[in-house]
Amino acid sequence: MTRPLLEVQNLTKHFPVGPRTFLGNAQQHLRAVDGVSFNIERGVSLGLVGESGCGKSTCARTIVGLHPATSGSVRYEGVELTTLSRRGWLPYRRKIQMIFQDPYASLDPRQTVAQILDEPLALFGLGRRRERRLRVLALLEAVGLNPRHVQRYPHEFSGGQRQRIGIARALASEPDLIVCDEPVSALDVSIQAQIVNLLAELRERFDLAYLFIAHDLAVVRHLCDRIAVMYLGRLVEEAPREEIFKNPSHPYTKALLSAVPYPDPEIERTRERIVLRGDVPSPLNPPSGCPFHPRCHQAHEVSGDRCSHQVPELLQKGDRSLACHLD
Amino acid sequence: MPLLSVKNLAVRFETHHGTVRAVDGISFDMEEGETLGLVGESGSGKSVTNLALLGLIPSPPGVMTGQVHFDGQEISALSEPELRKVRGNRISMIFQDPMTSLNPLLTIGRQMTEVLELHKGKSHSEALRLAAVGLGEVGLSEPESRLAQYPHELSGGMRQRVMIAMGLLCEPRLLLADEPTTALDVTIQAQILELMAEVQRRHGTAIILVTHDLGVVAGTADRVAVMYAGRIVEEGPTHQLFKNPHHPYTQGLLSSVPRLDSDTSQKMSSIPGTPPDLAEMPPGCAFAPRCPNVQVECKSERPELLASGVPGRSNACPLYASPDSAEADSAEARP
Ligand SMILES: Nc1ncnc2c1ncn2[C@@H]1O[C@H](COP(=O)(O)OP(=O)(O)OP(=O)(O)O)[C@@H](O)[C@H]1O
Ligand SMILES: Nc1ncnc2c1ncn2[C@@H]1O[C@H](COP(=O)(O)OP(=O)(O)OP(=O)(O)O)[C@@H](O)[C@H]1O
Ligand code: SF4
Ligand code: SF4
Ligand SMILES: [Mg+2]
Ligand SMILES: [Mg+2]
Repeated sequence: MTRPLLEVQNLTKHFPVGPRTFLGNAQQHLRAVDGVSFNIERGVSLGLVGESGCGKSTCARTIVGLHPATSGSVRYEGVELTTLSRRGWLPYRRKIQMIFQDPYASLDPRQTVAQILDEPLALFGLGRRRERRLRVLALLEAVGLNPRHVQRYPHEFSGGQRQRIGIARALASEPDLIVCDEPVSALDVSIQAQIVNLLAELRERFDLAYLFIAHDLAVVRHLCDRIAVMYLGRLVEEAPREEIFKNPSHPYTKALLSAVPYPDPEIERTRERIVLRGDVPSPLNPPSGCPFHPRCHQAHEVSGDRCSHQVPELLQKGDRSLACHLD
Repeated sequence: MPLLSVKNLAVRFETHHGTVRAVDGISFDMEEGETLGLVGESGSGKSVTNLALLGLIPSPPGVMTGQVHFDGQEISALSEPELRKVRGNRISMIFQDPMTSLNPLLTIGRQMTEVLELHKGKSHSEALRLAAVGLGEVGLSEPESRLAQYPHELSGGMRQRVMIAMGLLCEPRLLLADEPTTALDVTIQAQILELMAEVQRRHGTAIILVTHDLGVVAGTADRVAVMYAGRIVEEGPTHQLFKNPHHPYTQGLLSSVPRLDSDTSQKMSSIPGTPPDLAEMPPGCAFAPRCPNVQVECKSERPELLASGVPGRSNACPLYASPDSAEADSAEARP
């Protein structure tokens, strides 16, 4: 068996918070990512979904080296990334790219599209000036932008077009893995569909792998081969796409799927949702036992007080993993 | 008298590419306690409409015309200091981009208490208490500690919820919510929508909900207005509009909504083509270059939004206002 492209093992990222809290003075640790493990194979897309604030962006940013990891390991083609120096990172920067939610904030407003796209090419020494110019035009073509607009500035494009520029920039260095943090959340449905179709097409063409974070589960279902569900800094379930949607196992996954809004007023106003009750748990002070137990609608099905006392490990069973004391 | 009455509102931007008609003459009314869903393509003028209602169009390059009456007052004629008393108080706005509308240098607590101290004359400690309650209501854990954090220390969705909590603090009569839940997962989104509905029930707040999530519109809006290229092209009660959309753009929009049961081996469906350049609008119907039903006459004159024969519905596609569609609708409207 060949090695996965990316192996994330027991990754944690804690942020120091305080001492300037209103409550106490002690420095606290906010456990944004608290022991996450998963693999991504070459050419495979993994969707990462979960509650707002559960640590998805922090996880993504730690993997690409924007945050130093607190502990744990991230291996790319077997090479440990978390201990690399800035210089040591350079070749991997080329192979692992990131696309952000807000295309405008992540593009320099003073640079033309030509400059934005030439930057990674020049940085990684991908061709002489003339070749690079041709590559920039080819990149624009690949993402469906008019190569004649190469001298324009970001503000002269619509939101969807700006997101395409972000994608073109990510593609410039010929990566194997693109980490996408809510790349289509800010776009209307029609443009969103165009971008998702584009990402799917580019994956086929360049054999790309994606780590794809999004809240729109219909989009995740469309693009991703596998889906990982995160809750309070941990993965609670990871499985092939159809398994998650047809046969969700973790109670949080079930609650999440039941809340997807349906574009039909009659269905939307009458259907049943699993409402999450109870206090929202805090990464500063996570609950004992299963992090989901204070809000879990199925905890009573587990005998004794295991849910509130014992942390369920993420256990692999066949092609899927689950962290829950229920069978 | 309606709570809000907008007449012929237009906003143009004078740019070096030419005049961008971002909002091109729109009119609508809103009653107390009502929710209007405002949907439409990216760049169609939804955010600019909301900003114009609050007198927040940057000028230059922006120029706003038309009338906005709110609660018996013509707010489009108010001076800036008078407007400031209305904003964040009787009308509040949840901005589309929380990162640019929260001050990165101030703690969350500082920004939230300011509103209460300024508009409601609360003491600092009372304001802090209310701010913490507000953060708890939008589902932030440990709200007291969160008050001491800075915007960059929160996740994207948490910042959005801070904006929502701020928008609700003063119990507004009118809430302009611009994509309030785009950065939220669906369970928290449901919780936030429920919270907004409760504020609405308690205070009779009218809500303009801008969103590209048609599932959210389906679940919350009483009426829907669909914008395309600066104009409202269709408006009607939510149930009818979803069941029987009249305008070809609305039809295209509804059929490109991603669903959990769609075929993943197919491409996601989208409306082909791109929206028109607002600085170089062709004559005739703005949707004509992308419209599957386009006729020669569509390209000569820009169609007006007209009542379509069904009570409460209007539509700006003259080719679709056929009597049989009107019949289909009144049949639906019967119990
Ligand atoms: N720089 C930071 N300093 C302190 N805390 C941080 C920092 N960045 C993130 N956090 C905290 O880490 C937790 C996880 O945040 P993260 O942005 O990873 O969430 P997320 O899953 O991406 O949420 P969303 O869906 O809302 O974007 C949150 O509690 C957040 O407040
Ligand atoms: N300050 C400005 N100067 C010039 N043009 C502007 C300015 N602000 C907005 N516009 C233009 O006005 C049009 C309408 O923009 P608006 O932000 O209202 O769109 P929207 O419907 O809210 O789109 P989205 O769904 O992407 O948020 C766009 O073409 C935009 O480029
Ligand atoms: S371990 Fe217990 S509390 Fe946690 S998800 Fe499973 S049933 Fe619920
Ligand atoms: S007026 Fe013509 S082009 Fe415009 S929406 Fe109607 S049919 Fe299409
Ligand atoms: Mg995030
Ligand atoms: Mg907008």
